Amino acid sequence: MGDAAATPPSQDERIKEISALRRALIRPELGGMVGTVAVFTFFLLFAFDSGMFNSQGVMNWAVVSGQFMIIAVGACLLMIAGEFDLSVGSMIGFAGMIVAILGVTLDWPMWLAILTTFALCVAIGALNGWIVVRTGLPSFIVTLAFLFILRGFTIFLPQLIERKTIIGGIRDAAEGDWLGAVFGGKILGGLFVWLGDMGLIGVFDRGTRAGQPMVDGIPMLLVWALALIIFGHVLLTRTKFGNWIFAAGGDAEAARNSGVPVNKVKILMFMFTAFCATVFAVCQVMEFGSAGADRGLLKEFEAIIAVVIGGALLTGGYGSVIGAALGALIFGVVQQGLFFADVESSLFRVFLGVILLGAVILNTNIRRIITGER
Amino acid sequence: MTRSTTPIIQMAGIEKHFGSVIALAGVSVDIFPGECHCLLGDNGAGKSTFIKTMSGVHKPTHGQILFEGEPMHFNDPRDAIAAGIATVHQHLAMIPLMSVSRNFFMGNEPERKVGPFRFFDHERANRVTMEEMRKMGINLRSPDQAVGTLSGGERQTVAIARAVHFGAKVLILDEPTSALGVRQTANVLATIDKVRKQGIAVVFITHNVRHAMAVGDRFTVLNRGQTLGTAMRGEITPEALQDMMAGGQELVALEESLGGTI
Repeated sequence: MGDAAATPPSQDERIKEISALRRALIRPELGGMVGTVAVFTFFLLFAFDSGMFNSQGVMNWAVVSGQFMIIAVGACLLMIAGEFDLSVGSMIGFAGMIVAILGVTLDWPMWLAILTTFALCVAIGALNGWIVVRTGLPSFIVTLAFLFILRGFTIFLPQLIERKTIIGGIRDAAEGDWLGAVFGGKILGGLFVWLGDMGLIGVFDRGTRAGQPMVDGIPMLLVWALALIIFGHVLLTRTKFGNWIFAAGGDAEAARNSGVPVNKVKILMFMFTAFCATVFAVCQVMEFGSAGADRGLLKEFEAIIAVVIGGALLTGGYGSVIGAALGALIFGVVQQGLFFADVESSLFRVFLGVILLGAVILNTNIRRIITGER
Repeated sequence: MTRSTTPIIQMAGIEKHFGSVIALAGVSVDIFPGECHCLLGDNGAGKSTFIKTMSGVHKPTHGQILFEGEPMHFNDPRDAIAAGIATVHQHLAMIPLMSVSRNFFMGNEPERKVGPFRFFDHERANRVTMEEMRKMGINLRSPDQAVGTLSGGERQTVAIARAVHFGAKVLILDEPTSALGVRQTANVLATIDKVRKQGIAVVFITHNVRHAMAVGDRFTVLNRGQTLGTAMRGEITPEALQDMMAGGQELVALEESLGGTI
């Protein structure tokens, strides 16, 4: 005992000072940050003259990235809580179709149609979560079932009611509706007019809209994306509930032993994922003016890929919303950038596969560094 | 060492049956504040069932448990934790991917109000974690350090420090040393000693007589679901404890063939 007291306890000779690099390496956002810089460098070098970085071009990839971000935030929190949701894509199609059926076919006021759709979809999310926690089955299989169930209804319902698979006329139905504008409107129009007048962004030089800026505002979709990212990030890192999300995904049994309501956390995260999918769907039908039975196809995988590129572990308990948002940004920039750079678009899938594999390998190594496993 | 004279937990004639299996067949133990009570038993002796009964997971089939003189009625482990009975499991206590301070406050997060919102008070969590760990003789590099980077002994110490910080009066340690090396075991035993000196009752479950003898004040041996009485420190030799645990005879023969090293 005397020996132990004599050694200054603050310096244990066996604990190596960890370098700043290593410290940075174990931040989940690192991969996303490096990837973002790499992707922008690449396209600035090879596609600068293609129009990718003028106002229209920026808005083009920003909107696509924003769509990925909205579903990635939900998928990210759910994955950190230790579960997957493969029904996100079908949920997008389903939610859009319900808005159209209620708002157009049944002629409900648009705000009521949207609120009802949210309530229904979040309830389906809760059902997903409830089945997962009650049966103890992997969420992979439970939500795979819902992938088919929801897609089936999305194709069946419009055929039953209108004898077609696309329902249009949403834009007219949403005209002047306050809640419709929250999803389909644009903000800061005045700023863009001013920017156009200053000659900072492109304006139409002929036609009926001559003199008006080509980009006339920030779509609400991007506002939603930003709001969800901030909400998700603060919830995860700065609140008690965020600690429960990490704990539920890190080790559900240890979390329960410490009094964390693991089942409640997981069900709430399934509901939040469904909420994000519905936001995506409503923004989309407002933009397109129609709902189609094939909307949202493969979105669940794209969300999961964005989250994994963003540094989250597939096994749960570790990840970052900011990382997932950067993953979504990389996703959107590359998808649209290849188009601007005039590269065959099928190569995008090759890129996706390669980057996914790279990200998963990197994350596994990061996990080893954190936990000291060998 | 002065010890309180009224037991904090009294268990009398506890029986626990699972269908036709009798896991506990009449167990009687008193636990006093400030003592380290070692509960020894071989595999299958009923140690796990005993711990779970004491911590409120199982209800006894027969017999009575008094906690602070009152009959104990816990509906689930949360009640037991709230009353001050904390169990530190050998595994399943810590989440390796989370930081020490996030683990320390898991389920008991301190909050700070900002307007209508309440946020996790990381500053306070970090400060308290560093302080409590220093008291236990562990200097963390930083409270952000992931638990995965700690040694097995350090993890046990974090779990013990956590239970003590959140007001445990009775600390049940389920085989805390069984998977540890020599040095780490010594650290955990030293931690047990510190906790006991704070007046907390420690129930130390082990099958290692030497670890028990190192810190125990009293020893109870559990064999085939029954207690074979409780001995004070100094009243019993390690050999006698070992024999009681194993049920005597066979082990004597075995021990001779092994040269008396068990």
